[in-house]
Amino acid sequence: MRTLNTLAQGALAATMGLAFSVSALAADITGAGATFPYAVYTKWAEAYQTATGNKVNYQGIGSSGGVKQIKAKTVDFGGTDAPMKEEDLDAAKLVQVPTVMGGVTIVMNVPGVDSGKLKLDGTTAADIFRGAITQWNDPAIARLNPGVTLPKLAITVAHRSDGSGTTFAFSNYLAKQSMAFKRDVGAGNTVNWPSNAVGGKGNPGVAANVQKIKGAIGYVDIADAMKNNMSFVALKNKAGNFIVPNQQAVADAAAGANFKVKGMAPDLLDQTHKNAWPITTATYVLAYEKGADAVKQKDVVAFFTWALNNGQRMAAELGFVALPPNVVKMVEGEMKNIK
Amino acid sequence: MSEPSATAAIDPHARQVRKFRLQDLTFHLTTQLFALIVLAALAGILVSLAIEAWPSLKAFGPGFLWTNVWSVPDDEYGALAAIYGTVVTSVLALLIAVPISFGIALFLTETCPLWLRRPLGTAIELLAGIPSIVYGIWGLFVFAPLFAEYIQPPLQAWLGDVPVIGGWFSGPPIGVGILTASIVLSLMVIPFIASVMRDVFETVPHVLKESAYGVGCTTWEVVRNIVLPYTRVGVIGGIMLGLGRALGETMAVTFVIGNANRINPSLFAPGTSIASTLANEFGEADPGLHIASLFALGLVLFILTFVVLAISRWLISRSMGSEGL
Repeated sequence: MRTLNTLAQGALAATMGLAFSVSALAADITGAGATFPYAVYTKWAEAYQTATGNKVNYQGIGSSGGVKQIKAKTVDFGGTDAPMKEEDLDAAKLVQVPTVMGGVTIVMNVPGVDSGKLKLDGTTAADIFRGAITQWNDPAIARLNPGVTLPKLAITVAHRSDGSGTTFAFSNYLAKQSMAFKRDVGAGNTVNWPSNAVGGKGNPGVAANVQKIKGAIGYVDIADAMKNNMSFVALKNKAGNFIVPNQQAVADAAAGANFKVKGMAPDLLDQTHKNAWPITTATYVLAYEKGADAVKQKDVVAFFTWALNNGQRMAAELGFVALPPNVVKMVEGEMKNIK
Repeated sequence: MSEPSATAAIDPHARQVRKFRLQDLTFHLTTQLFALIVLAALAGILVSLAIEAWPSLKAFGPGFLWTNVWSVPDDEYGALAAIYGTVVTSVLALLIAVPISFGIALFLTETCPLWLRRPLGTAIELLAGIPSIVYGIWGLFVFAPLFAEYIQPPLQAWLGDVPVIGGWFSGPPIGVGILTASIVLSLMVIPFIASVMRDVFETVPHVLKESAYGVGCTTWEVVRNIVLPYTRVGVIGGIMLGLGRALGETMAVTFVIGNANRINPSLFAPGTSIASTLANEFGEADPGLHIASLFALGLVLFILTFVVLAISRWLISRSMGSEGL
């Protein structure tokens, strides 16, 4: 009866969009931060409310905004794609755990070359994205692709014009592969792309540019690449295999990573697993070790515990990759520090 | 007997007048307060922009305005590329929009059949009401691919070998870029310029125009020698209004300008504008010089737009004032 009642209240609140808490036992919790996990957090929040009647409100204001807000104590949890460093976590007395993973994939528009048929390794990709290779029939690309007819066509690099975690992961991966890339382009949310580059706003903007511009190469989240039915590049991983990106390859990358570090943010780029997708990333939430409001602290833990155990399917449908079960156990252990 | 009744008659009247006076005063003060709020907000925005931009202004000095570097990894910022993109796209947009708007306004006031005037005028005003993001999406998904396929290659073939001008049309035809942004912007400012022009053209006294027609002038001669000289200032004001809008336009430009923080002589190449840089980088900007430099860019745009709009307002009001000539 009680559950029914709560459910009915939840449904009522959901339909009417009421702002007040529907359950007297739990407060509304508010988070803000990275835009990358926005879709999955809101989806989880919706399902969580239907299941428990508790409200979670997440605002995608950007990773640096998320860190800023949690430090300013204006939110109950923060979201960030760029994990905070151990010492910063200690200084700010924050707990950081991963919630969901994703992959960044290289997409292309090369007439005559089908999806997955073009092979690149890290250094060649870095040379393309720093503007050192400017033609598709460059010998460096041809050497990796015997039997593929490469057109004589100028390369246009399509990148994110807005600062983003996607750029952060991608540029960090390429900077690992090539010192020249690190020097010319840099690594971060916003970097210095070469002169044959064109910026698009958001993943959809990049996807549109790649699809419309002949000879374009760009990078988007796997989810967006799949949604837009784009042409993938097969990328050589650390084990030496050419991998076509998919959710399993992202999960395989996490399988080999060591999450047993403070902040639970191992470097997921270029993992050694034989099927690992090289550009794998996770997104993180930040919460207070000791919060001012014990009820809200408990609610934050309850929400993410629920989401990690019930939200895998929802994440996968949106193109994200759920954390492997052993990592979920570790996250649950780490969240005991949120008091 | 009559004495008290007389005072009774005057008193309520006097009280009534006092009450009205008080009401008037309250009304005056309240509305004045509302108007002052706008001024306070304007000053507040300016001051807070300056405060937030201060670290950047201190670090780069006035050189911020003419330094052609925008490197987040190196934490070095200069506004030149963004100012260049803003000014070039706005000026090109005006070059396209002004003749078209002029034609629209002339048609509506001089030669349009009466029954078409209202629907056509309304349609043009509706064009001004379309949200800019819609122009942006249309520009990116519909216009840019067509532009890359059917307009850029012929333009390159035609003008590519001409010295100087050829350089404006060099580079791969990728659809998005400075010229695309200018064309989309021109579509967006046409309704503004056209409706101001139409309004000022309508202020020309009929007697002047009819006298001109009476002595045998053609429509063009009337426009050239009567309408334009009479409305010159207002027309310029309308153009400046369009310029102000073009300078600050954000979303549509962000979609189609290509967002590259550099100056390229080719109009086909991607560039950036102040507003699009702000829209792109604000969300994930690093605290410190990056944020401060974005605020400094905002300050530059604020001043630029403010000056342009102030001039346009002044010109329009001067033109309207001379109506009763």
